[in-house]
Amino acid sequence: MDIYLPIANLSVNAFVIVLLGGLVGILSGMFGVGGGFLTTPLLIFYGIPPTVAAASASTQVTGASISGVAAHMRRKGVDFRMGGILVAGGMFGTLIGTGLFQILQRWGQIDTVINVLYVLMLSSIGGLMFKESLQSVRALRAGKPLPAQKRRHHPLVANLPFRWRFYRSGLYISPIAPFLLGLLTGILTMLLGVGGGFIMVPAMLYLLGMGAQVVVGTSLFQILFVTIASTMMHSMTTRAVDIVLASLLLLGSVTGAQLGAKFAQRMRPEYLRLALASMVLLVAIRMALGLGFQPDEIYTVQPL
Amino acid sequence: MKQIYQLLLRVASLCGIFVLVTANTPVLVPEVSQDRISIRGDFNGAQLLLFGAITYPPGTRNADQADIVVVLKGPVESIVVREKQQIAGIWINAASSEFRSAPGYYAVASSKPINEIVDDKTADIYELGLDHLQLSPAGAIDSRELDRFVGGLVDLNSRGELFKNLPNSVKITNNVLYQARINLPASVPVGDYTAETFLILDGRVAAAEVKEVTIEKIGMGRFITNLSQQYGFLYGLIAVFISVVLGWSAGYLFRKM
Repeated sequence: MDIYLPIANLSVNAFVIVLLGGLVGILSGMFGVGGGFLTTPLLIFYGIPPTVAAASASTQVTGASISGVAAHMRRKGVDFRMGGILVAGGMFGTLIGTGLFQILQRWGQIDTVINVLYVLMLSSIGGLMFKESLQSVRALRAGKPLPAQKRRHHPLVANLPFRWRFYRSGLYISPIAPFLLGLLTGILTMLLGVGGGFIMVPAMLYLLGMGAQVVVGTSLFQILFVTIASTMMHSMTTRAVDIVLASLLLLGSVTGAQLGAKFAQRMRPEYLRLALASMVLLVAIRMALGLGFQPDEIYTVQPL
Repeated sequence: MKQIYQLLLRVASLCGIFVLVTANTPVLVPEVSQDRISIRGDFNGAQLLLFGAITYPPGTRNADQADIVVVLKGPVESIVVREKQQIAGIWINAASSEFRSAPGYYAVASSKPINEIVDDKTADIYELGLDHLQLSPAGAIDSRELDRFVGGLVDLNSRGELFKNLPNSVKITNNVLYQARINLPASVPVGDYTAETFLILDGRVAAAEVKEVTIEKIGMGRFITNLSQQYGFLYGLIAVFISVVLGWSAGYLFRKM
């Protein structure tokens, strides 16, 4: 069934978009990431203009994360203190991101910056996660559990001043570290339409050293508020949020997210992390190759 | 300077038509199938039928070989065309060129290939054919480079079905009636279009007429576009509301199940 997207100014197959949303939703339910890092590239691949894709993807991530947040809140999986600081950083990040977006768009470099950012972050984080999860899976196979690693935050984080206590996360660290992390993901949300979960979850685990039981819930909590802020900023500046496109994506993804959450309960977390790491690496490799290959379109048009 | 020269030529030739029309020359009576194309929620492109008649003044013989060229042109806007080049292994936008008057849609249908009907100079004056678009490039730019950018733009839009040359697609019956069909893709820009019809006899434009066509969004699509343009804050709130409600209700339903 063809449906016309009023902001993107083109018609798409509604079924394909709902299916795409569903696929991303399953992943987001399974891994606790918004899935924006897959939605945006897939939409662009389908022919949606990049700005509309990024803006509408962030709206979709809001819907995909809300039921997850509710579920994690019920089982006390959200550290509100940590989440609040991440959200505060994220809000500043969306403001900075808005400015960057406009400057880069004027220079005509927004696409390149988006691609390079994707490659750098996905490959470094994917690599880190892949290595870690592979070790866990090997240990699991061999039947002997990995020597219980002492959870600790990165030395850089430990050196920051003004320490606060984060009870649910089991941490005594400076709030500056999560604030900066929130800021970074806020910028990324605005530029890439990603929720930032794929950066936040590993950063919380490996940089901050947060307790695993609150990582996903707190990450979703921050994503929820930052994607709302990003949708608002896009609506007021780029005016590229396509409500019809976002609604179609949402129809699929909210259903998918519920299915994904059910799958996740049946799978061992080690395998889940390995799967997520492999997927992140695959996207990174694909995008890195894309930078070097001659693009389909040498010429692009932008209205003045 | 070249542009001013072309403009003068164009004005002069239009005056020429007027003078000629008052003399014993044929007259064009063009029509379009729709002067208003509405984009609804299920819009998936449209077809426009451009047709009409050539009427010859009494006492003159019908032309043996009349040619018709129909140009359907969309809203003109200023654009920047960017060109990617491979720098240090990656492809980035390295060069750009601005054009002050690029049509968002341009289709030319003719009874024979344009170069068999008129010479290049006439084609330039009336903008007949993709090779003869007057895009008003801004700033100093050498002509080789300009050709490259124009070529890139034309190629991009041709593949997007927004620019097209349709030779041999105007059907002329008995040198009197003509008709052409032009397809508009779903991505056609909204705005005011002109459908220009040219009657060409012996390589000269003997008559020209213009019809106007408006392409607009209606209903929900129009409402959404206006809302997003004029009330960005409200629009953002609605978008957030929809996503929160959809997300929440799906979560609620699945919990019940």
